[in-house]
Amino acid sequence: MKLLAFALLFAVTSVNAQTLRIGLAEDPDVLDPTRARTFVGRIVFAGLCDKLFDLDEKLRIVPQLATGYEWSKDNKALLIKLRSGVTFHDGEKMDAAAVKYNLERHKNMKGSSRRGELAVVSSVEVVDPATVKINLAAPFAPLLAVLTDRAGMMVSPKAAEALGEKFGASPVCSGPFKFVERIAQDRMVLERFPNYWNKGEIHFDRIVYQPIVDATVRLANLRSGQLDFIERVAPSDIPSLRNDSRFRIAKIVEIGYQGITINLAKSDLAQKNPLGKDARVREAFELSLDRDAIVRVAMDGEAQPGNQWVAPANLYYGKSAPIPKRNIERAKQLLKEAGVPNPSFTMMTPTTSDAQRIAQVVQAMAKDAGFDVKIHSTEFATSLNLADKGQFEAYLIGWSGRADPDGNLHTMLSCKGPTNYAGYCKDDVEALITQSRTTLDTESRAAAYDKIAQQVQKDRPIIYLYHRHWLWAHTNKLSGLRAVPDGMVRLQGLKMN
Amino acid sequence: MSQYLLRRLATIVPTLFFVSVLIFGLQQLLPGDPAIALAGEERDPETIRYLRAKFHLDEPLPVRYWHWASGVLQGDLGESVRIQKPVTELILEKLPVTIQLAAMAMVIALLIGITAGVVSAVKKDTWWDYGANVFALWGLSTPNFWLGILLILLFAVELGWLPASGYVSPFEDLGANLSAMIMPAFVLGNAIAAVLMRHTRSAMLQVLSSDYVRTARAKGLNERVVILKHALRNALIPIITLGALEFGTLLSGAVLTEQVFTIPGFGKLIVDAVFNRDYLVVQGVVLFTATVYITLNLLADLAYFLVNPRMRV
Repeated sequence: MKLLAFALLFAVTSVNAQTLRIGLAEDPDVLDPTRARTFVGRIVFAGLCDKLFDLDEKLRIVPQLATGYEWSKDNKALLIKLRSGVTFHDGEKMDAAAVKYNLERHKNMKGSSRRGELAVVSSVEVVDPATVKINLAAPFAPLLAVLTDRAGMMVSPKAAEALGEKFGASPVCSGPFKFVERIAQDRMVLERFPNYWNKGEIHFDRIVYQPIVDATVRLANLRSGQLDFIERVAPSDIPSLRNDSRFRIAKIVEIGYQGITINLAKSDLAQKNPLGKDARVREAFELSLDRDAIVRVAMDGEAQPGNQWVAPANLYYGKSAPIPKRNIERAKQLLKEAGVPNPSFTMMTPTTSDAQRIAQVVQAMAKDAGFDVKIHSTEFATSLNLADKGQFEAYLIGWSGRADPDGNLHTMLSCKGPTNYAGYCKDDVEALITQSRTTLDTESRAAAYDKIAQQVQKDRPIIYLYHRHWLWAHTNKLSGLRAVPDGMVRLQGLKMN
Repeated sequence: MSQYLLRRLATIVPTLFFVSVLIFGLQQLLPGDPAIALAGEERDPETIRYLRAKFHLDEPLPVRYWHWASGVLQGDLGESVRIQKPVTELILEKLPVTIQLAAMAMVIALLIGITAGVVSAVKKDTWWDYGANVFALWGLSTPNFWLGILLILLFAVELGWLPASGYVSPFEDLGANLSAMIMPAFVLGNAIAAVLMRHTRSAMLQVLSSDYVRTARAKGLNERVVILKHALRNALIPIITLGALEFGTLLSGAVLTEQVFTIPGFGKLIVDAVFNRDYLVVQGVVLFTATVYITLNLLADLAYFLVNPRMRV
């Protein structure tokens, strides 16, 4: 009889057991928030690891494992109140001691990718089990935003200690789902964490993430019913999906950008080319480009034209530096003034089809003003290396974006930024960047960004082109999807009807 | 036989040493700094320094080779930096998938290729022959990824008979496993079938015109026996070599087909590793597949003994 009851119970659970199958565009790297480096990995973390703070649809910072925060008067300490009763997947307590452990792990672990984000953190204090104090060497406005990403993800200290460097192979966090298995290049399986603090919002028993690199195949899997949700749909597939009532499309402008980085001073090569040498040539190049047309032709309209490190709708978009309109006459005149009516330069591009299309459209547009743009299509890892050595004239490259504008600006345009491929270094811009990081007041920050935007538009170390749409497609039975500009698939509230 | 076997085995050691040096050396020619490629979008200088130290990237080449080779000799192929899993574990994880895919593709290739080759040789200059040749030409000239996507659209999206892609372990669900593997196996097998068909046809034509076949026919033997027992057996010798080589190639991973059908085999593993400059994975997988390839060649040589009595003398 007991056996029968058990069998019945099992049958009922199996029927109710719901799995959400998500198709990813790439295979993530290591599943350890401290060491993880890829954008796609963050999508998996959204199911696995809760963070101190989260972002909402309007990019506002909202509490997750924290319940509130308070800055000290000198803005050099952040007091965070933690949610009580939260446990990790292994049953350990998620308290102030765990937060201290995690922030220190992010800062000190060998091979940590979070060290730079938390460089300004000088110490972490446990005030009481539900309160933690983060002391900073200097005020740092982007800190809260940094804690909405991997630096704010908390892992079980016990598991982290026990597993050491192998933690990424079986991560233990406090998110809505716990890790079951990962088969590299095939799938990652998570199952519902029954003691999740916000379990009322969780309506699936299992989540299966499947990396399928080819967009056509990813879509075929959605169409054949093998996947319920796919990220990064190819823009060219949107019209056909729109006509299919079985599916829904969600899209939102990314927080990152795509643009052309110009070698201004990264190496001697910069001064050998009129583009790197003369600001007028760069201005002429930008004036030859029609961003609306680039987006329409090369991206099937699925992107938002832009000219700064944040999209025009962003709170911190510098309104004094709007998108310049295409002006071939002025471009030709500038080239004449610079004494190079037909400048020639090579643009290095990744080998993806998107990049190739953009490069070809840019090439054709610039030609109208007299430019001879040569496209040098280069495998990605090689292109990064060439960029790092300054072996390029122009480089078509994007950035996946961070919630705070500083994350899209500091590493590329501050003098010692690790990804400052342009070799850009201006004292006034540097001072403004520092000011924008150390001031917490939104208006003062916006004013600083406005000034930076004006100067960057004159110097053009990067000619920003557009911000992609995150394109998601899913079965029409799925509801509760929140499209947050960071491109993460949040599982809270998702439901299969 | 045993002397021959020993001689062949003795050549394996220097070959593998040469292969390991070659893999290691060629990889150093790849442009791009692995530490930068692996450091992620942030490219934190501290992370880059750590990766350089961890993988001995700052040390001279011979020292780096020694670090790797001494690990290999102790059965340690190193660890993937990207996903932090031992390379041996990754290989063992992908091996059954790759073997199954290769075996299924080979069975399909042999069934189609040899049958079509025999039919086309026996019915030379008839519509059968022309048909088989057209099939061979089609198989050789159809790109795998294109055929793969067409099959997915037809059988998964339109008809809904087969899953579009993905892999299920046969121990989990054999039916689901076979239905997931049949399309990629067909795509791979189809291309090899075309090669096998052409070789079987020419080998059969040569054998069918030989004296002993004429004698067999003159003896009044059944045509079926003449073709299958007398002619095909001899014609199979070059096909075995070819089959072993093709099988070896399949075992090193079918990059495009695995990509299209999302089959987690060696092909996908190695491509991801190359693009991410995950050196130890590339070295480990290539060394492993090279070893398999060399072993298969040895087995093919031994198989001659079984089908060709003259070599036993």
